[in-house]
Amino acid sequence: MTAADIQKAILDILSDIAPDEDLSDLKADVPFRDQLELDSMDFLDIVMELRKRYRIQIPEEDYPELASMNSTVEYLEPLMKNVAG
Amino acid sequence: MVSQRPDHERIVITGLGLSAPNGNSLAEFRRSLLEGRSGVVAYETRYFGKTVAGVCDFDELKYQRRKEVRRGTRAGSVGIYCANEAVADSGIDWENVEKSSVGIYVGVTEHGNVETENEIYQIKGYDYDTQYWSHHHNPRTVANNPAGEISMNLGITGPHYTLGAACAAGNAGLIQGVQMLRLRECNLALCGGVSESIHTFGIFASFHSQGALARHDDPTKASRPFDLDRNGIVVSEGGCMAVLERLSDAQTRGAKIYGEIVGYAMNSDATDFVMPDPDRQAQCIRLALKRAELNPEDVDIVSTHATGTTTGDAQESQALRQVWDGNGRTLLNNTKGFIGHAMGAAGALELAGNLPAFDDGVCHATINLDRPDPDCELPALVANQPREMRRVDIILNNSFGMLGINSVVIVKRI
Repeated sequence: MTAADIQKAILDILSDIAPDEDLSDLKADVPFRDQLELDSMDFLDIVMELRKRYRIQIPEEDYPELASMNSTVEYLEPLMKNVAG
Repeated sequence: MVSQRPDHERIVITGLGLSAPNGNSLAEFRRSLLEGRSGVVAYETRYFGKTVAGVCDFDELKYQRRKEVRRGTRAGSVGIYCANEAVADSGIDWENVEKSSVGIYVGVTEHGNVETENEIYQIKGYDYDTQYWSHHHNPRTVANNPAGEISMNLGITGPHYTLGAACAAGNAGLIQGVQMLRLRECNLALCGGVSESIHTFGIFASFHSQGALARHDDPTKASRPFDLDRNGIVVSEGGCMAVLERLSDAQTRGAKIYGEIVGYAMNSDATDFVMPDPDRQAQCIRLALKRAELNPEDVDIVSTHATGTTTGDAQESQALRQVWDGNGRTLLNNTKGFIGHAMGAAGALELAGNLPAFDDGVCHATINLDRPDPDCELPALVANQPREMRRVDIILNNSFGMLGINSVVIVKRI
């Protein structure tokens, strides 16, 4: 998966987790929590969906890496480079 | 009969919100009951396959955001819809109600089966690896979930909990509301019952294995309490929440009053897991009447519990004959022929559907009663067509459940 693929995958997940939110103007460099109504259970949903959809395991100590779109994509790129887009 | 209690101990119903398979408001539900409209439809569920059920079509998004619906449970959504509708119906100035003085008491037959089955179904796709088990499972399955979702949705900070009372739960929720108001644990009670049971295949499979699941080529004919051709229960979802207040408070704010809960009783058969005991049921009815200081012949309408099972209907008929034998004026009816068995919601829904009789003076019918079963002989049962009554002052509502749990609520016109 390319960075663009990963970004699209994250947006798909977010649209399921936060179905009432408008994601069209999501800023990649701003933390999700500053733009969306997401709590800790929602972040666990992101982790779970990555596990379910792409079999990606994210250890708990790495959860802060999922703060914004940029940091998430940067963190996932090496983990998902062999995942089919 | 004049109540001996002071007005601040007299508890009245001032708001009703409901969703039944044939109506999403009291007016719509009542109209369906008077016009003989069933809410039972063809239904298919995971593993079990084709069956029939009572399905509700209220708008979940009327009071919830999509995220909240996704996070929560169907029982929570049913409860939230009904509670909001009840509050609106009560006409109370909700903005200015002290939310810490509101209590939420929700009857449930069961809770958590739907959510657990869903998780097991999900992890089956991952070779039963529990890493894929949702972190939402516990908050969805804790037994207080439906009441807790109502508290979060309406910002109510008073007590909230559910009452697990099998199919007596709807009445049990109302009774709890009355008791908590009298104990001054709350100043306003939101109470009743909810059911999400059609979303668990297990309830269908278990009734089927027990030989107690209804089947019929025409779904609207499947639920037929007291009829010779009845063959079991139609499982339904639904909910009914009432706003209860002290009569003194209701009068102070000039509230519309549906009626006063003048009597109630709960007891136990202490005999069998599934077989009801007519003697205990009759005892429960008599206890409620005694507390209401009423005689059986004072009751205008008895809303029966009968679910359409061979034994259960005959047993309740025995109990009813014990109490009302020889009394020609009390009429009986049944709601399950229209909507199936709404489980935890049944008691509250079936009572609510009868309350408009105080205004319109009509006893709604028991439908699908084509060949009355001699084992269920009840001459005062209103069959197939509603019956006009001169005046309705007292309605008694039966609700019984597995493990021998019996409940009766009596409401009097104010």
